[in-house]
Amino acid sequence: MNTQKIGAVLVVGGGIGGIQASLDLANSGFKVYLIDSAPAIGGIMAMLDKTFPTNDCSMCIMAPKLVECARHLNIKIIPDAKIEGLSGDAGNFQVKVRKKARYIDAKKCTGCGECKKHCPIEVADRFNQGLTRRKTIYIDYPQAVPAVYAIDKNNCIGCGVCEKLCLAGAINYKDTDIVENINVGAIILSPGVDVFDPKVYTKFGYGIYKNVVTSLEFERILSASGPFSGHLLRPYEGKIPKKIAFIQCVGSRDPQVGKNYCSSVCCTYAIKEAIIAKEHSKNGLETTVFYMDIRTFGKGFEDYFNRAKEEYGVRFIRAGVSKIEEISETKNLILYYENEEGAIKKEEFDMVVLSVGLVPKPDMWNLSRILRVNLNNFNFCRTSEFIPVDTIRDGIFVCGTFAGPKDIPETVAQASAAAGRAMALLTESRGSLVAKKKYPDEVDVSNEKPRIGVFVCHCGINIGGYVNVPEVVEYVKQLPDVVYAENNLYTCSQDTQKRIIEKIREHKLNRVVVASCTPRTHEPLFRETIREAGLNQYLFEMANIRDQCSWIHMYEPESATEKAKDLVRMAVAKARLLAPLKRVEIDVIQKALVIGGGIAGMSSALLLAEQGFEVFLVEKENELGGNLRHIYKTVENRDVRYFLNQTIEKIRANKLIKVYTNARIKEITGFVGNYRTKISVGKFEDEEIEIEHGVVIVATGAQEYKPTEYLYGKDSRIITQRELEEKIFNHSTTEFFNDKTIVMIQCVGSRDNERKYCSRICCSQAIKNALNLLEINPDANIYILYKDIRTYGFKEELYRQAREKGIVFIRYDDAKKLELQTENGKLKIKIFEPILKEDLIIDPDLIVLSSGIIAEPNNAEIAKMLKVPINSDGFFLEAHVKLRPVDFATEGVFLAGMAHSPMTIAESIAQAQAAAARATTILSDKKYYAEATISSVNEELCAGCGMCGALCPYEAIVYKEKDGKKISSVNEALCKGCGTCVASCPSGAMTQYGFTKKQIMAMVEAL
Amino acid sequence: MSDYKPKIIVFCCNWCSYAGADLAGVSRLQMNPNFRIIRTMCSGRIEPEFILTAFKKGVDGILLTGCHPGDCHYISGNYKALRRYNALKLLLKEMGIDDRRLKLEWISAGEGARFQEVINNFIKTITELGPIV
Repeated sequence: MNTQKIGAVLVVGGGIGGIQASLDLANSGFKVYLIDSAPAIGGIMAMLDKTFPTNDCSMCIMAPKLVECARHLNIKIIPDAKIEGLSGDAGNFQVKVRKKARYIDAKKCTGCGECKKHCPIEVADRFNQGLTRRKTIYIDYPQAVPAVYAIDKNNCIGCGVCEKLCLAGAINYKDTDIVENINVGAIILSPGVDVFDPKVYTKFGYGIYKNVVTSLEFERILSASGPFSGHLLRPYEGKIPKKIAFIQCVGSRDPQVGKNYCSSVCCTYAIKEAIIAKEHSKNGLETTVFYMDIRTFGKGFEDYFNRAKEEYGVRFIRAGVSKIEEISETKNLILYYENEEGAIKKEEFDMVVLSVGLVPKPDMWNLSRILRVNLNNFNFCRTSEFIPVDTIRDGIFVCGTFAGPKDIPETVAQASAAAGRAMALLTESRGSLVAKKKYPDEVDVSNEKPRIGVFVCHCGINIGGYVNVPEVVEYVKQLPDVVYAENNLYTCSQDTQKRIIEKIREHKLNRVVVASCTPRTHEPLFRETIREAGLNQYLFEMANIRDQCSWIHMYEPESATEKAKDLVRMAVAKARLLAPLKRVEIDVIQKALVIGGGIAGMSSALLLAEQGFEVFLVEKENELGGNLRHIYKTVENRDVRYFLNQTIEKIRANKLIKVYTNARIKEITGFVGNYRTKISVGKFEDEEIEIEHGVVIVATGAQEYKPTEYLYGKDSRIITQRELEEKIFNHSTTEFFNDKTIVMIQCVGSRDNERKYCSRICCSQAIKNALNLLEINPDANIYILYKDIRTYGFKEELYRQAREKGIVFIRYDDAKKLELQTENGKLKIKIFEPILKEDLIIDPDLIVLSSGIIAEPNNAEIAKMLKVPINSDGFFLEAHVKLRPVDFATEGVFLAGMAHSPMTIAESIAQAQAAAARATTILSDKKYYAEATISSVNEELCAGCGMCGALCPYEAIVYKEKDGKKISSVNEALCKGCGTCVASCPSGAMTQYGFTKKQIMAMVEAL
Repeated sequence: MSDYKPKIIVFCCNWCSYAGADLAGVSRLQMNPNFRIIRTMCSGRIEPEFILTAFKKGVDGILLTGCHPGDCHYISGNYKALRRYNALKLLLKEMGIDDRRLKLEWISAGEGARFQEVINNFIKTITELGPIV
């Protein structure tokens, strides 16, 4: 039998998780098949309007990834597909995939949309959550990938209109399903989730009252590409709402509907929707959120919550809504709710948003049976805390919401982690199945006079119907240096590519201009074409005469034609000045430095070493383990000591990992691919070591806050949760028999004036310890005093258990602070009980402070050396809070674990594996290719003023001495090509390739 | 004056506003045709000289567009554009050019309708101002 592992991976589900996993794998030497059950990839994220907590436009940040997937040579996207069978084992699976008939030839369809205009049948639009209608020949959303239409055969009447209209001849009514066997070494599951269908709660009247919508429907309503073009209107009659209520935990935290877990994202997305709705409304909008606990536990979420309250005036009411009634005349809604004092209240709103939870898709049970992976009680994929992205079956990994409710950055981190696990499994086959295209040698055109060829596209009738294309072609022929011009029905079609190559050869063209659609989608295709003809790919320019001309001036054909001429003339003016460009190659030292030997650092190091990369693991303490050395059991009751010892043994046994303990980073110089670091080792710092490496992973961890409040340190009966955990597992258990009454105080050092953020893990940790205490001493009375209980995800089950076992939860807030006193040697706590509305006195024998997590104090020092940012709380700040959770903006530097923010063991491990996978995208290639359209300095002109370096967001500009003069110099590896340095240079010494001053000025002057 | 067609340049950044302009097209949002787009990677690339030269060459209005604050693909290029814009406005006044002829707007990749609105409003303003004399 052939034991060679297959260097390909199947990714199931093309949401943001599947996309990230695919890109990481394809960018590190693996072939990827990305299947999705929908006609286009994108998943739920594509439907979102904005993302929390930065209110970034969801599509803006996602679209570049969609396009990268679509054009990647080693990612094959298979839409409309599902798995029907699996055989083989880890390393060599045979997957049977059924691809549903689309009735459109994807190779021919240009996505022009002419077909749908005259399709007579309309059905509810799934993408817009049924709020609008779409044709039966349709595309999910304007930016869909693949940008190919599909026929919804269930509703198609077969009238044949689309077939007649399609000039590309792409319609194929006789299309059939295709079943194919795909051979891969590993599988990554990222099928995502559905949102809960709130119809089962008849009390809310969803589906009956038109102005009661789900949060996902509301997301579409807010979206500029949604049913009302971004105008906030009620679905019933399109009136502008003045008062909107959000109801939390619809289909979450409710055993009655079988959903006794927290969906983790709804609190923060409701806050986001409330804020965005208020921003939309010019005439004032009241928003009210009805909730049980506000669970803004993620990085920056608590601050977001506070801003919603204080700056935006979003109202928060801690109450369950018992009933909604519709007023039949106005279609307004009356909400009945019981407030915290137990009073029944009612209030009128004109719109209600149900914050629906995340639920597994209905076919997950079937999928799990085919793949033989386990599901948990709620039909999510079962995983384990120490191997968070592994399923029970070797070679099948999981990421995203299928492994439990989570937000976008956690999904993205898990996706990279799952990709990393697959990379480690298939290391020996890396590069075995990836395609590398062979091109003819580049013709040197530098000494030639420009000979420009212009290809003007009709795009069926999309351009040709409004712009007089032949007239444009005739016009173009007279422009200077244009030696050839023609028009095409579809310039992007396969046969035209051949034609362009022929014409380049025939007319010795050395610059090409295509006037058609947008360079954002089609520039790579045409660049590829001219490269195949032997031209440097940057000798190409595009004029956007469709999206930005014919489509937006459909009723003014003359003006549109004039405009098209202008746009082509401007493009030609720039094309005359184009020069061949090269992506600079940089040698990569295929070794990594990992700073921090806690569980994050160790996990990163292991994953890199498993792939054959040398790792330097630097720990400041004298032993590995970090915070894990003080933790004994996880919330799922797993043995942390055993796991830690095992991990350390693995590290020690791995010859590729060089461990330095008692070590301190003294200096880091260099850039991506080429770092040089000085480390001082030993207690007396008497040994200095210098290492060279290509990447850096920052995993410096965090610390438990040492409280200054509640008499901590002054009375031995007052301890922290960590100290309690040590006592429970390390000491004889008898000492707890005396402690009859134990009080735990939450949010000590978190969510207060000094540290506004939530430490995320303390609620679960407190409940875990409380349950363990009850095991030892069942008679103990345990009180947990809290602000909000934040047992997100499946940890909600723990909270339920705790309440069932008689642990008493009492809420306190900042307005009515807890008071702790000692009276005659006895501890006394005074707390205001919100339900009884009176002060309660507890006499505890032991007080346990759930103290928060604080950032490592020496983060600032490391940040300075690496030139990466830290936030106001002292944690490191990632490149993008949504889509680049473990990257820094500086290429080659990555981030993992609590250095990022407080997180659980499982989350730290996932992030660490993610950071290692991201680092592998650089380490797996001996060369690093910088961007081509980067900046460059004319050393003669540079006056060394330093303006450019001060503005560069990537620290890509350094100063050097030349002939006794201080001048700027661009680090080509770090420059991303924004061009802001060029615009700021007072002496005209900076230039940006591809967007030079001369080129842009030529366009300005050509107008 | 009714036949007056102003010459207007719209600078778009590759990641947000240019994509917003494309979305306007995909959504078939109709607008006044009297503008021409020049694409740069980032609004931070726009040199003051582009603008001054354009006015010198007879362009009647210039619209700078970029990502919303916080959305910049290059972290902070849009803020740098904003700073230069503010300085340029002062300069234009000094030069006797009505500073309404230069405008900066944030347009995201999802805001096709906003692109349409911004364009129509700007062209209206410039049309009312008439040619630079």
